[in-house]
Amino acid sequence: MAATQEEILAGLAEIVNEVAGIPAEDVQLDKSFTEDLDVDSLTMVEVVVAAEEKFGVKIPDEEVKNLSTVGDAVSFIAANNA
Amino acid sequence: MPVPIQSPIGAAHTRIMGVGGYRPSRVITNAEICKVIDSTDEWIQTRTGIQERRWSAADETVGVMAIGAAQKALVAAGVEAEQIGCVVISTVTHLTQTPSLAADVANQLGAHKAAAFDISAACAGFCHGLALAQDMIRGGSAEYVLVIGVERLSDLTDMNDRSTAFIFGDGAGAAVVGPSETPGIGPVVWGSDGSQLDAIGQTFNWDELRDKPELGFPALRMSGQQVFRWASYQMVPVAKLALEKAGITADQLDAFIPHQANMRITDAMIKALKLPDHVPVARDIAKTGNTSAASVPLAMERMLAEGEAPHGGVALLIGFGAGLVYAAQVVTLP
Repeated sequence: MAATQEEILAGLAEIVNEVAGIPAEDVQLDKSFTEDLDVDSLTMVEVVVAAEEKFGVKIPDEEVKNLSTVGDAVSFIAANNA
Repeated sequence: MPVPIQSPIGAAHTRIMGVGGYRPSRVITNAEICKVIDSTDEWIQTRTGIQERRWSAADETVGVMAIGAAQKALVAAGVEAEQIGCVVISTVTHLTQTPSLAADVANQLGAHKAAAFDISAACAGFCHGLALAQDMIRGGSAEYVLVIGVERLSDLTDMNDRSTAFIFGDGAGAAVVGPSETPGIGPVVWGSDGSQLDAIGQTFNWDELRDKPELGFPALRMSGQQVFRWASYQMVPVAKLALEKAGITADQLDAFIPHQANMRITDAMIKALKLPDHVPVARDIAKTGNTSAASVPLAMERMLAEGEAPHGGVALLIGFGAGLVYAAQVVTLP
């Protein structure tokens, strides 16, 4: 069964915390990875790879640049992990 | 019945007998790079681990650097140039299509009986050369092989490219490979993925200059995220397989010497490999930058010289780069 938006957000927050050491509660839908959370382009790759594994989705390199906010990433995962 | 042909007879095992490096004279700090690109020392260090890199002076050609490294490796190995049966040079910055750099270097070293040729395997070039040397010696085509990685990447660096200007460095590293009574070089695990040809390459091909000289000089370009993902995650199974084929476990290693591409890639690999904390890891990139084919032997030389890794210790080497191509093997350190 596909994960709900809340479950995806919680899972993503856990990943961002683990990879980048950012408090999970800071990871909110409207937050920008680079501007608000200080996740740089290489850390973003680590987040993406961990998310692929956790949610069973493929996030291609060319898609990564479109995921500027946490909400973008949650929507992409929700649309692709069905 | 056809006349029988004699089959060559080689040595049972091989080892690296000596390693040498050449670090060119110009020290280029991050501050100097930031005079051209809009960046900071902190930004560059956070994303690459590079504090400074070496760039060649005008007279430090790829030939000069290759010879400098090779002479040190020959002395360290206790082998004379005349004994060398083959010189293999990996480089992507010898800007002459033909003849090879290796033929020139062999002659200038005094390796007059040596076969000599260049290979193109980018940042995996030294590990490819090591595998070729091993097979030549085991196959009986040469007794001693000189493997050199040399680059003058500053020649192909676009100082205005915010994604690559700070990455590359110049230098040479060399190793003498010879016969051994015990195995000193494990089985190579190597391969290529040409579907990712575009991940690292030139901004345009040389032949485009024929019709459009206004293009100027080409430079290297790289898709940072794509390369980071491939290197940090796809190379880990390759490294694990090289260990397995050599019959070595990660906790038995005395050194991990990956291609010095980016400190972040090295750190991601360590994590994914679950490398025990007691295994020293090559971090030569901090002072040398990414020197492509030269990075593994340069890092090896530094670890041995600074006592970070023991002579006779067991090291895992892995090279990966443009192609995309890769090669990994376990070796005994000279």
